[in-house]
Amino acid sequence: MDAIRRVLSVIVLNEDGVLSRISGLFAGRGYNIDSLTVAPIPKTNLSRLTIVTSGSTAVLEQIVKQLHKLIPTYKVIESGEFVEKELALVKIPLSEDFNGLDAMLKAYNGTIASSSEESIVLMVADDYNRIDSFLKAVKKYNPTDIVRSGSVAMDL
Amino acid sequence: MELSGSQMVIEALRKENVSVVFGYPGGAIMNVYDEVYKQNHFKHILTRHEQAAIHAADGYARATGEVGVAFVTSGPGFTNAVTGLATAYMDSIPLVVISGQVPISMIGTDAFQEIDAVGISRPCVKHNYLVKDAKDLSRILKEAFYIARSGRPGPVHVDIPKDVTAQMAHFSYPSEIKMQTYKPTYKGNPRQIKKAIEAIAAAKRPVLYIGGGAINSNAANEVREFARICGIPAVETLMARGVMGDENPLLLGMLGMHGCYCANMAMSEADLMIAFGPRFDDRVTGKLSEFAKHAKIIHVDIDPSSIGKIVPIDYPIVGDLKNVVEAMIPLAKEQIQADKYKPWRELLKRYNEIHPLRYEDSNDVIKPQWAIERVGELLGDKAVICTDVGQHQMWAAQFYPFSYPRQWLSSGGLGTMGYGLPAAMGAKVALPNKTVINFTGDGSILMNIQELMTAVENKIAVINIILNNQFLGMVRQWQTFFYNKRYSSTDLSVQPDFVKLVESFGGRGFRVKTKAEFDQALNDAMQSGCVCMIDVQVDRFENVLPMVPAGGTLYNMMLEYKE
Repeated sequence: MDAIRRVLSVIVLNEDGVLSRISGLFAGRGYNIDSLTVAPIPKTNLSRLTIVTSGSTAVLEQIVKQLHKLIPTYKVIESGEFVEKELALVKIPLSEDFNGLDAMLKAYNGTIASSSEESIVLMVADDYNRIDSFLKAVKKYNPTDIVRSGSVAMDL
Repeated sequence: MELSGSQMVIEALRKENVSVVFGYPGGAIMNVYDEVYKQNHFKHILTRHEQAAIHAADGYARATGEVGVAFVTSGPGFTNAVTGLATAYMDSIPLVVISGQVPISMIGTDAFQEIDAVGISRPCVKHNYLVKDAKDLSRILKEAFYIARSGRPGPVHVDIPKDVTAQMAHFSYPSEIKMQTYKPTYKGNPRQIKKAIEAIAAAKRPVLYIGGGAINSNAANEVREFARICGIPAVETLMARGVMGDENPLLLGMLGMHGCYCANMAMSEADLMIAFGPRFDDRVTGKLSEFAKHAKIIHVDIDPSSIGKIVPIDYPIVGDLKNVVEAMIPLAKEQIQADKYKPWRELLKRYNEIHPLRYEDSNDVIKPQWAIERVGELLGDKAVICTDVGQHQMWAAQFYPFSYPRQWLSSGGLGTMGYGLPAAMGAKVALPNKTVINFTGDGSILMNIQELMTAVENKIAVINIILNNQFLGMVRQWQTFFYNKRYSSTDLSVQPDFVKLVESFGGRGFRVKTKAEFDQALNDAMQSGCVCMIDVQVDRFENVLPMVPAGGTLYNMMLEYKE
């Protein structure tokens, strides 16, 4: 069966060890984590994890149920209606020819986040597949480092 | 009220009406043990190994339905306890296990007897806590007991650093539980229940598939009543033995790898399976693609993740089994005609006549199945039956006449050798007026043999019946069937003199080679009032049959072994 990509937004109690419960669940039961981000939800005792995972329909159903089963889990949101964004940072040496870079950044709503004597750092925030294509396009400037944040998502 | 962390533990146990704790002290939990010494609310039983402390608490919990409690120290004390936790977790047994930990300031420094206990226990408990401040302790202990016994029960581990057990803080044990995130579902959805009843009414060949959930939910009376009203034949998993009662004409027997022919055929030919709290274990289903492939499935379970985990379910009902079956009974009375399934019941009865559960008895040597049947004839419902793991366990499940729930205590999911003796001790402590038998093997019994000392010290008169075939029998059986008789590391003929062994601890030992000696030994053991070991020399090469080889199909059982 083909693996289906799924974004899950998991609200958990913000307490010691909760991340290890979640990551341990995925590792112990052999589920995939394509990306995972976590941060506290302001003015609550909760945290939100955005987990991008993949698997068959049956596996995805089990993932959701197993997440629910964890005692500190408050809510698992799995509706398809998400705004999903990911951030990427790309370091390019100043020695590269920047011809066309401006136009590319414009196309992806990117900016130059920082610069030093040796390199500049580009920043792009967009859908994960747009990030994929940006990273493909930016290859011609021979980036020396690429950092992806993993997806964050908000249900509509 | 200002109390130390240790005093809070004692107070919490008092509030939870805990009457016995099994445990083993050590450096990091000494503060707690100092308070154990000063109190008289509960009895503390010192086991001789931490694993046994957890199994004893587990046996206590299975025998009574109450939460079992154990104390262990940090490091090796805790790691020794892990097998006990995993055993309880796999079989959904409510425990609260409290471990000592090194002081908070030393956590992470690789201190003496430090181990990341909550990191280790996480995948084999229902929930765990590392207590960082004594002011949280009353809430945590309240939650621990609640989580252990509610929903799908399970073990909860509370790890308490030594400085927290000394810390003074305000203590007020919560009278109510308020958990933001944990809310088990007890009541089944009425629409789903209605649909399930309609499916049963429409079925021609329904079968009740009863699992351990029926024990945990204390639903045996409701399940029996439901089966009676509907006239639906039932099969029990290993964990559910005793739910229907073996006298019940609707009970076909145990199903699965060593289940009886008619039970497995009922599953294979049913057009509707009504699953009451089982979890579709691989030892039950055999090859999944062939498992009950003509059947629609109703699955009642309190754990939503259990439903649809192994096989797709047509009628899922999340809820407490007792609650759900209570709601099903009045609908069943209205809509279901028990007569309708008569031809189906007759067919299954014929299956049982063609291939009943059987063994070839002998006059020269004791057959292990005979020993179990004999205990059943002599003691019947007067005994609570524990087992270790292996051939003797399967024979006990097949041949002992169980008549009520919680009469049968056995490590099903994890299959833990060494479970039997300490679990039997826990059961005997809970039910001092019952005879408690531990059927064991010459392999298993040595895995917690030190507990004879605990039993002698505390006058826990459990009777261990070793079905001694001088083999690691179940593995030997697989080697016979599937490994061309290459008996790799399974010959246990080098073994202690079990009679002298138990007597050196201060118990009574009996060696038995004939049926007459067996009856005599059992009688003497019953009279002795102390822990006993009956070493029964049985046929070395007896096999557990019938058998569905691992990954085989239920309808294609191996009924006899031919050379």
